[in-house]
Amino acid sequence: MNVTRREFLVLTGSVGVGVALSTLGLDLGPVKAFADELKTDKLKNTKQSTTICPYCGVGCGLLCSTDVKTGNIINIEGDPDHPINEGALCAKGAALFQTSSNNPNRLKGVLYRAPGSDKWEEKSWDWALSEIAKRVKATRDKYFIEKNDKGQTVNRVEAIAHVGSAAMDNEELWPLQAMMRALGLVYIEHQARLCHSSTVPALAESFGRGAMTNHWIDLRNSDCILVMGSNAAANHPISMKWVQKAKDNGAKLISVDPRFTQTSARADYYAPMRSGTDIAFLGGMIKYIIDNQRYFKDYVVDYTNASFVVGDKYDFNDGLFSGYNKEKRAYDKSTWAYKKDEKGNILRDETLQNPRCVFQLLSKHYSRYTPEKVSEITGTPVPDLLKVYEMYSETGVRDKAGTIMYAMGWTQHTVGVQNIRTMSMIQLLLGNIGIAGGGVNAMRGESNVQGSTDHALLFHILPGYLKTPNATQQTLKDYNEQSTPKSTDPRSVNWWSNYPKYSVSLLKAMWGDKASPENDFAYGWLPKLDPGQDCSWLNLFEAMYDGKIKGFFAWGQNPACSGANAHKVRKALAKLDWLVNVNIFDNETGSFWKGPGEDPKSIKTEVFMLPCASSVEKEGSITNSGRWAQWRYAAAAPPGDAKPDGDILFELMRKIQGLYKAGGKFPAPIVNLKWDYANDKGHFDPHKAGKQINGYFLKDTEVQGKKFKKGDLVPAFPFLQADGSTSCGCWIYSGSYTGDGNMMARRKKDDPTGLGLYPQWSWCWPVNRRILYNRASVDKNGVPFNPKRPVLAWSDGKWVGDVPDGPAPPLSDEKNGKYPFIMTAEGFGRLFGPGLNDGPFPEHYEPLECPLSKNPLSSQYNNPAIKIFGGEMDKHVTCDPRFPFVATTFRLTEHWQTGIMTRWQPWLIEAQPQMFVEISEELAKMRGIANGEKVKVSSARGELECVAMVTARFRPLKLGEITVHQVGMPWCFGWTVPKNGGDSSNLLTPNVGDANTMIPESKAFMVNITKA
Amino acid sequence: MASGFSILVDTSKCTACRGCQVACKQWNQLPGVETKNVGSYENPQDLSFDTYKVVRYSEGINPGGKPYWNFFSEQCRHCLSPGCMEASEKDEIVVDEKTGAVLFTSKTKDLDFKATLEGCPYNIPRQDPKTKVMAKCTMCVDRISAGMIPACVKSCPTGAMAFGERTAILESCKKRVEDLKKTFPQAQAINPDDVRVIYIVTDDPKKYWKLAAGK
Repeated sequence: MNVTRREFLVLTGSVGVGVALSTLGLDLGPVKAFADELKTDKLKNTKQSTTICPYCGVGCGLLCSTDVKTGNIINIEGDPDHPINEGALCAKGAALFQTSSNNPNRLKGVLYRAPGSDKWEEKSWDWALSEIAKRVKATRDKYFIEKNDKGQTVNRVEAIAHVGSAAMDNEELWPLQAMMRALGLVYIEHQARLCHSSTVPALAESFGRGAMTNHWIDLRNSDCILVMGSNAAANHPISMKWVQKAKDNGAKLISVDPRFTQTSARADYYAPMRSGTDIAFLGGMIKYIIDNQRYFKDYVVDYTNASFVVGDKYDFNDGLFSGYNKEKRAYDKSTWAYKKDEKGNILRDETLQNPRCVFQLLSKHYSRYTPEKVSEITGTPVPDLLKVYEMYSETGVRDKAGTIMYAMGWTQHTVGVQNIRTMSMIQLLLGNIGIAGGGVNAMRGESNVQGSTDHALLFHILPGYLKTPNATQQTLKDYNEQSTPKSTDPRSVNWWSNYPKYSVSLLKAMWGDKASPENDFAYGWLPKLDPGQDCSWLNLFEAMYDGKIKGFFAWGQNPACSGANAHKVRKALAKLDWLVNVNIFDNETGSFWKGPGEDPKSIKTEVFMLPCASSVEKEGSITNSGRWAQWRYAAAAPPGDAKPDGDILFELMRKIQGLYKAGGKFPAPIVNLKWDYANDKGHFDPHKAGKQINGYFLKDTEVQGKKFKKGDLVPAFPFLQADGSTSCGCWIYSGSYTGDGNMMARRKKDDPTGLGLYPQWSWCWPVNRRILYNRASVDKNGVPFNPKRPVLAWSDGKWVGDVPDGPAPPLSDEKNGKYPFIMTAEGFGRLFGPGLNDGPFPEHYEPLECPLSKNPLSSQYNNPAIKIFGGEMDKHVTCDPRFPFVATTFRLTEHWQTGIMTRWQPWLIEAQPQMFVEISEELAKMRGIANGEKVKVSSARGELECVAMVTARFRPLKLGEITVHQVGMPWCFGWTVPKNGGDSSNLLTPNVGDANTMIPESKAFMVNITKA
Repeated sequence: MASGFSILVDTSKCTACRGCQVACKQWNQLPGVETKNVGSYENPQDLSFDTYKVVRYSEGINPGGKPYWNFFSEQCRHCLSPGCMEASEKDEIVVDEKTGAVLFTSKTKDLDFKATLEGCPYNIPRQDPKTKVMAKCTMCVDRISAGMIPACVKSCPTGAMAFGERTAILESCKKRVEDLKKTFPQAQAINPDDVRVIYIVTDDPKKYWKLAAGK
């Protein structure tokens, strides 16, 4: 959309605070006197275009002003029409100007580093892409795995790995994953593994889908906002706009954090805690809610699995659930199954009295989490615990809403999934799921990490959360059958029963006409994992460190700083034959060979550094944390030779296809990959990719009484078919780009519910539903629990409000009524989650590195289902006097991720110039450290020098008789820039992962601090 | 003079996102300066010829035993009787009649910097060591004149900064202080009758910034 100048003046003139401004046309007498040339005059010669911020997952809108003569961007500021930020921006967003070609630090040309060389050479695109294509082919052909040890066909490549990127557009990501999968790669990972991988199974196990349930503006509808496991004010700054709106309406804000943060500063109540003890803290809340009958009983009985009876094999004893195998460090989950009748229906006791029903087991499980015991573990004083429990559980009534805002403080633990599960259970107990102002708000930290997760730049899923096939599934039929959940209950929608429609439509999107019923829709061309094979981030770098990975794409990502135990990552990079690094700035990954302590001569890795376009230099969509896919536009051309990621990957794959047309290992998936995304100028066309993602009808057909022609865009995923008559790149995005146009580009601000859903602004998955599980916001008759904030209501035989989560009538309709949680096989929210690897109820375990010699709650010290690496680079120590302090890492408002996009920007680096460590006054005194002094922070894995920030915002905690000191470090610094800025705190973090997703435990580990 | 405009800075809503600090640099195209971390989030360490706005950070322990962390987005107050102008003889420093903005023109190079600085109760004016020209916040009078609100105010997410006609701002200021007093008995507006950039604090102004309420 281009805003005319007239509109621009009106837009930017709007005032958000209710005080009118009436000065248009002031004479400029004295104003002229202080400046030679007014910028406002310059703006008259510009063209305006809208964009969406490339940093965190809030998804703020901005307006770029591009000089029509020079083509240069001369101003970027907030888009006042954008409903999320209404013109506001944090420091990073306000500095977006310095990501454009105005910043001389941008990469402008292709760079190549030869084996053993100590310098870059400038190269052409054609040379670089041709050389990369040759290396891909040589490595792939040499190391291609056709069959596994059991002789099953797997057609995969383990010698090439790919990471990235949550910074790319959806229309680039889908083809990127298609390309990597067509090549046979299984090591496909990206930022999402490190930031919210634990969110997805936690929320999916609890509610059915793995995404933030509500959205940013909806925070304003809350009565009590708990910020725990995050520092929203610093890391999702514009979220605080809606938190403040809620506060203006009388809501309470609670901050629970090891460190008193910017969020804590605005909270009505703050409670400290020890990092890594969230399950204890929240388990205590579950006990409080049950003991004090604060739960919303109708909701718990009707909409959760509280009444389900659990089978006789389930048990829990002294920290271990039934079915544990010590050698395998794994559970036999079949012992956690529900009890069923002879027809296969789950037994229920709606009185909740059966001692084997979920509610009673839950009550028993958390009976051990007394305030005193919890305080002994968390270090939170008992009065603080009780106050938080009391404030938050007040929302367990039908007309009150409580919500949670969390991020890495919960996800990055060996119990990351279960941290989030515990809160999900609290939200189910209080009836806070599906309602306005409620939900579990997983705050995504990258602008399109939701999209990059949806499009499956992850080893374990295919686009739309389909499963990566494994070697036991040799046919599409086997794969579909094993992937499709079953339900015998006619009242359960069990939406995943549509699985084959989505998998076949995906194969049709990837291979077009070449995917036919005759060849099993090309299912055999997808690489297959061995059962249990885990190609996630930590294993990827383990394999690279072991020399098993030869070629590596680090695309829009900087693992040399973002990976836990970054020393190991940096050492691993040196074992590669070739590395392709795509970025807008130089970074520690692409330049690893000249990093601190490295000898370029001894490093044989060839490096291709490819310069890409920034977010304001290309067109496409990104999906924010609230699942809104928003379209953005090119405001200027990229500097020098830099070009959009879409063009880079499109041209590279063309070259690879060209090579394979002349022969090679298993060429079919490559040469037959549908790769028709060029516009008439030969450039990558994001609109074509967007339509491919949305899906087409591939022949004239009639579905659900509607007629469609071959080539029509699919209006929404209920129309997809399993017979090959439809294609769809990612079923949950079906409806994003339809016959009505590009829905993601919509900018209408109607708000019929008054809740801030803005259904015609952009587009949101699934089917533009703004609040997930909204069918649980009404009672069995379809009457909203909260008449003041109705998300949905059943009125005159239809649903009114948000797009209902399933169109069936309410439950009181004996014939057609359906349970509200349509994405779980049973139709209910799950208090008991039998599908996770480390137990159906969250249980407190100590972090792998901790200050306590034993777990105060059981004999089971750490999470019994985690993988512990045992190599020379995988050191960890616990309760060791050499490393006595609990450490955590965090992000700063002014920098993003490893800082690679922000450290090159003068306005941001002046505000946060150097690596530091926050320590308490007591710890500083103990170590004789003064504020601002240089200190050395060390862990079992490494050390770094930084500035000591001595602060009252960290206080020592009392754990029974023990005093524990905590320290915190940002992870946004690295050695390339600025000079003397310091290096990454991930040099210290442990490479140990969660039991379900292997997300690294970066938020709780042990360090020492001394004067440097 | 017409009543002009005012900016209300409600520190009780500020989250120190520093959108304002950077938005000021962006709009005015001021260079980033080289800084060091000296044990605080506060950076640059001070206002300068290239920095019109700095968020001040101040922390400590409240009587209840829990920490506080105060944020104070510092800038020129655009006084109604500007002390900086006392050293000004001609039109080195002018007041824009319509807005009330106090503006340093390029002629400030001819002024005595020390006297100008001493005239300011809030220690705001800064001088370019090379050209001797002085600079500070302009209230974005250029933007206002083009129908746009000041860059810093626009960037503020939480409503910690508001811009509008002075009478309306004074009214909303009074109301907000009354509201805040219910929770924070010490809540106050700082010198609302003397300045156009009015700060609301919920505690002793000195717990925000040493010159929050002036010298």
